[in-house]
Amino acid sequence: MVDLEEFRIQVREWLEDNCPESLRTPTPDGELIWGGKTPNFTFDDQRLWFERMRDKNWFCPTWAKEYGGAGLSSKENSVLESEMRKLKCRPPQINLGIWMLGPVLLKHGTEQQKQQFLKPMARGEVRWCQGFSEPNAGSDLASLRTSAQDMGDHYLVNGSKIWTSYGDKSDFMYALVRTDPAAPKHQGISLLLLDMHSDGVKTAPIHLISGKSSFCEVFFDNVKVPKDNLVGELNGGWQLAKELLQHERSAMSKFGEFQLPTHFDLMSLFNDYMPAPHTPSEQSLFYKAVEADMQEHAYNLTVQRLTQEMQAGINNFGLMSIMKLVHTEQEIIKFELLLDAMGYRALGWEDNNFTEQEQAINRAWLNSFSQAIAGGSSEVQLNIIAKRVLQLPENKGAQT
Amino acid sequence: MSLVYSEDDRMLADTAEEFLLSKSPVAAQRTLRDSKSALNFDNDVWQQMVELGWTAITFPEKLGGLEFGYKGLGAVFESMGKHLTASPLLSSVVLCGSLLEQLANDSQLEWLNHIISGEKRLALAIDEKARHEPFNFQTEAVDVADGFVLSGKKVMVMDGLSADGWVVSAKHKEGVSLFIVPFSEDVIVKRTNLVDSRNYAELTFNELTLPVNALLGNPGDSIDAINHSLDLGRLCLSSEILGASKALFDMTVEYLKTREQFGVKIGTFQALQHRAANCYVELELAQSCVIAALSNADDTKSDLGLSASLAKCQVSKAADLITREAIQMHGGIGVTDELDIGLYLKRIRVAQMSLGDADFHQARYGELKNKM
Ligand SMILES: Cc1cc2nc3c(=O)[nH]c(=O)nc-3n(C[C@H](O)[C@H](O)[C@H](O)COP(=O)(O)OP(=O)(O)OC[C@H]3O[C@@H](n4cnc5c(N)ncnc54)[C@H](O)[C@@H]3O)c2cc1C
Repeated sequence: MVDLEEFRIQVREWLEDNCPESLRTPTPDGELIWGGKTPNFTFDDQRLWFERMRDKNWFCPTWAKEYGGAGLSSKENSVLESEMRKLKCRPPQINLGIWMLGPVLLKHGTEQQKQQFLKPMARGEVRWCQGFSEPNAGSDLASLRTSAQDMGDHYLVNGSKIWTSYGDKSDFMYALVRTDPAAPKHQGISLLLLDMHSDGVKTAPIHLISGKSSFCEVFFDNVKVPKDNLVGELNGGWQLAKELLQHERSAMSKFGEFQLPTHFDLMSLFNDYMPAPHTPSEQSLFYKAVEADMQEHAYNLTVQRLTQEMQAGINNFGLMSIMKLVHTEQEIIKFELLLDAMGYRALGWEDNNFTEQEQAINRAWLNSFSQAIAGGSSEVQLNIIAKRVLQLPENKGAQT
Repeated sequence: MSLVYSEDDRMLADTAEEFLLSKSPVAAQRTLRDSKSALNFDNDVWQQMVELGWTAITFPEKLGGLEFGYKGLGAVFESMGKHLTASPLLSSVVLCGSLLEQLANDSQLEWLNHIISGEKRLALAIDEKARHEPFNFQTEAVDVADGFVLSGKKVMVMDGLSADGWVVSAKHKEGVSLFIVPFSEDVIVKRTNLVDSRNYAELTFNELTLPVNALLGNPGDSIDAINHSLDLGRLCLSSEILGASKALFDMTVEYLKTREQFGVKIGTFQALQHRAANCYVELELAQSCVIAALSNADDTKSDLGLSASLAKCQVSKAADLITREAIQMHGGIGVTDELDIGLYLKRIRVAQMSLGDADFHQARYGELKNKM
């Protein structure tokens, strides 16, 4: 193993030489690059950065080389991440597949599946979406009803999904489907990889309060899926789903880093919009912001501790299960305070008399509410902490 | 001090409820938003409100009013909050109308007649900062031979677009003064679009000449009148926020009783029950503050500031809590535009910030309390 300090120097040199200057700023709204069949580049530096990082195998730095990764150790990966942060490099691309499905396929996929799905994923060639939730299966995910029927040489999928983020823009979906309607609800579910370009797949966008429509409904009408696309055991999908959701939650507690202005620095924005707080009301707001900043500081230290505990091989399920909850709840509070400080400047709507930053803050505020619902609501996170971490007794009335 | 609505107040509230439900339901506000109307309120509905007498409710009979009081008007605002109805009742009648009532000379009272009859609208131009700071401004009025020259820029002028005139605060050598500025091409009016899709303007005055009779009240002697009118506006706005919060809370409680997960209504989860119960507590506390302030406006005017700040602060905080919980308890569907939750969230956000947010009123309450 190369000495870590030496590795750090190499990484920094490479980033300095290869990350275009124009991409060393926070990513503005709408300039996030999503990997997939047709990445949405708006200017050439984005393509350059995408291709350079891809060819370095740094979309998935810790994956094994044979599956398109760079084979970095967790410590080396931390070095890479921290150097990228220092230079303010934008993420070259983002892709739900890499964060969520990837680790599950690495662990449970067949060799053929790894070759077929991981490599293009690691090259940013396929955009993935998550088909879990259904109209009547949200927090109670296990009561999902979309079915996959065994037709001998393929599965036939029927039903619908809802709240599928970017479902209309994705190439593939990892979906939870019911493969045994007779079994108890947790035991008849499987994880299937489904080509969104197949016949019988339809999507309908849903409009959000932020004015965007980043998620949609997805309908399946006799969609054929090859049997090789079943991940893990038949009817063994629930266990995989739990693992996958764990990956989603850690990704979500990190996701904000990529998108201005989530993970924004509250104190510095306060300084922009409310410099030298002078009235009593400004001062009281200022101290609320200080409180939120200290809470966030505690969270950031916990992120670091979590990473180090993982590197040291310490079992930290308890710690892991608080991260998404803490982060998303903190973001909501931070946005409320930022809005208070900005007054009407934070409330502009489709009006170019407001700066780009002000408009981005407005949308991010409206979006902050979503984060405490997506990926398992805050209540579900608290239930997990109470039940699985603290092992408090169940209320027999409700079969959660 | 009466903390309940009188028989008459309740009759007024019922009429308002009936009228708004049929003429201005939430769906109509959504249409208004999507049609990107220039006025951002429905002028027909507004004229019907005038016919119902809502513009006359608080004014004394000798000025053409009904002398009915703010408690009655508060009930109307609560109903407007519930239905998210946009109208110039606050800007033109409560804010500008009450300033005219306090300060206008005989010829200026013409404006009040027009406001009550709905023929004309005035809008109050006071804020210049991103946050409400009514007495921190730069706009200036300089004496000239036959009047004044006005220069400056005002923001967040509620219903300032297509108004027939504006009441503008300005620095004058004698102190803070108010001017009636009739609509003129020389005033630069810029539209401001906010999340609640209502009518807001930014006004710029570039050395605008005004006649002597533009001055409202004595020069340098309008701080008390401004405070009083702002407080009346804050009461009405508090009633509106209260009505919106109640509607949102009712929707949420209804959802807890219908949505099922894990084979049971989600309202059976104690984690949600206690939070809903808490929202109810905060709403009830806020309601007492709002009605006390309305009552104050009708009885004694002495500590209106204190009770208005208490009401605006408490109701804004309760509203923030309820919007947050309404979204969260609805889950995924709570962040979609299909439901009305987003419309309530956006209106409440702007209303709680207008004329001073919770922090502003907490600080002001502290200052007023200190002086007592
Ligand atoms: C922006 C966004 C993106 C999303 N993207 C995806 C995606 O890509 N793929 C996908 O599959 N899904 C996605 N989702 C769906 C998300 O996973 C669900 O919305 C979430 O699991 C909640 O389910 P629900 O919306 O049905 O709410 P419900 O489950 O109906 O919950 C309603 C309320 O009841 C509470 N509640 C439920 N059960 C309990 C309990 N036992 N104890 C206490 N409280 C409880 C909830 O916390 C919530 O407050 C997304 C959601 C959002 C908002």
